[in-house]
Amino acid sequence: MYNFNYHRATSRDDAKAKQGGAEDGSYLAGGMTLLPTMKQRLASPSDLIDLAGVSDLAGVRRDGDAVVVGAMTTHAAVAASADVAQAIPALADLANHIGDPQVRNRGTIGGSIANADPAADYPAAIVGLGATVLTDSREIAGDDFFTGMFETALNDGELVTEVSFPVPEAACYMKFPNPASRYAIVGVMVARTADGVRVAVTGAGPSVFRSAEMEQALSGNFSPDALDGISVPAGDLNADIHAGSDYRAHLVGVMAKRAVAGCG
Amino acid sequence: MTMNVSMTVNGKAVAAEVEPRTLLVQYLREHLGLTGTHVGCDTSQCGACVVHVDGASVKACTMLAAQAEGATVVTIEGLANGDALHPMQEAFRDNHGLQCGFCTPGMVMSAVDIATRHPNPSEQTVREQLEGNICRCTGYHNIVKAVQAGAKAMGG
Ligand SMILES: Cc1cc2nc3c(=O)[nH]c(=O)nc-3n(C[C@H](O)[C@H](O)[C@H](O)COP(=O)(O)OP(=O)(O)OC[C@H]3O[C@@H](n4cnc5c(N)ncnc54)[C@H](O)[C@@H]3O)c2cc1C
Ligand code: FES
Ligand code: FES
Repeated sequence: MYNFNYHRATSRDDAKAKQGGAEDGSYLAGGMTLLPTMKQRLASPSDLIDLAGVSDLAGVRRDGDAVVVGAMTTHAAVAASADVAQAIPALADLANHIGDPQVRNRGTIGGSIANADPAADYPAAIVGLGATVLTDSREIAGDDFFTGMFETALNDGELVTEVSFPVPEAACYMKFPNPASRYAIVGVMVARTADGVRVAVTGAGPSVFRSAEMEQALSGNFSPDALDGISVPAGDLNADIHAGSDYRAHLVGVMAKRAVAGCG
Repeated sequence: MTMNVSMTVNGKAVAAEVEPRTLLVQYLREHLGLTGTHVGCDTSQCGACVVHVDGASVKACTMLAAQAEGATVVTIEGLANGDALHPMQEAFRDNHGLQCGFCTPGMVMSAVDIATRHPNPSEQTVREQLEGNICRCTGYHNIVKAVQAGAKAMGG
């Protein structure tokens, strides 16, 4: 790892100022992605601005019809939150199956979505539950947040502060995990919400996407059978040593059906 | 540039001048001489480096010493009470939960954390919770038995 300057931010404004004042500053959340990337020298920021001391960035609260999760809330804290378990059990379940206990103790929702790994779990929740991402300067609709592989709508230095999840009528997340890392080879979030059915797929493509065809079929008949014969085009999907694109396309159908069944 | 870090390790207050890029595991092994915490992969996969930071198990190869500023850290060296092994260490010995022993410090630290969160864990719970710890020797069977026995001995 190349050397860098380390700063501890004490507030949101302090974090912004320190990032802005650095030559090439990166925020440091749990470090579970950033530090391995720096060790591989795929990233070499001049300065790290540690967000751990910004106390109002961590925590979960119920806000009317939404559950609001602070950017620095760890996966373990989301999994253990009584508010999340009561309002959106699918979100607690998703957080509880990220990586392993040590990754969940350090990794955060803000770091995960800012990183936008195509195989990460949270993107399926952001898009599938129709969440809103709040930053230091604006609100970004979940549907507009992920723009490509490791690409988001965030501007340079923009700080994710919170994610607001509207409470669905029912939701379920099913993933086919990579057996080693637990990242999603394919993960599907299905949600029945006041505004209709949402189906979001992570792991399969370069970035999380919705399946309009599945959403339409489920709007008429919310049962696994409604998805019979519906597939996503394999041509657009990822292929690697873990799974080819045909297999991923197949898994999208299987995981979507299981998620519908899991909505109860 | 160097910086000062201070924390409590195994009950003792420690402080040092380190480079910002110093990993917690490097600080423990190379500055404090606590070589019980191992480095297996250095890529956050294997769990040989697991220690407790403020009561939570973490991979010390994927945390900066600077991130542990002010924290309470417990390593494998901090578990035993003098010559008396911690019940989880005793359980690994009794159940032959190790062969070469390289993964063992991390296994034991994860196991203590599992027992704290899941008193009396089922075999399946132990296997799921050991997701972040890799052993190349044992095939896990006796490790799982050891974790269950150790959790029981810890009062679960
Ligand atoms: C062994 C292993 C297994 C894993 N398995 C899974 C898995 O199964 N599923 C899964 O989804 N993930 C998995 N992960 C990734 C894990 O969830 C990471 O914790 C997460 O992707 C990054 O979060 P972090 O808090 O560690 O962020 P960091 O690594 O600290 O930061 C990541 C990036 O986000 C930026 N950033 C952080 N916080 C903010 C913010 N508030 N505003 C703006 N930018 C910010 C940083 O500058 C950096 O560029 C795994 C990781 C490991 C090491
Ligand atoms: S050395 Fe830290 S996880 Fe392998
Ligand atoms: S006992 Fe050899 S790696 Fe586990």
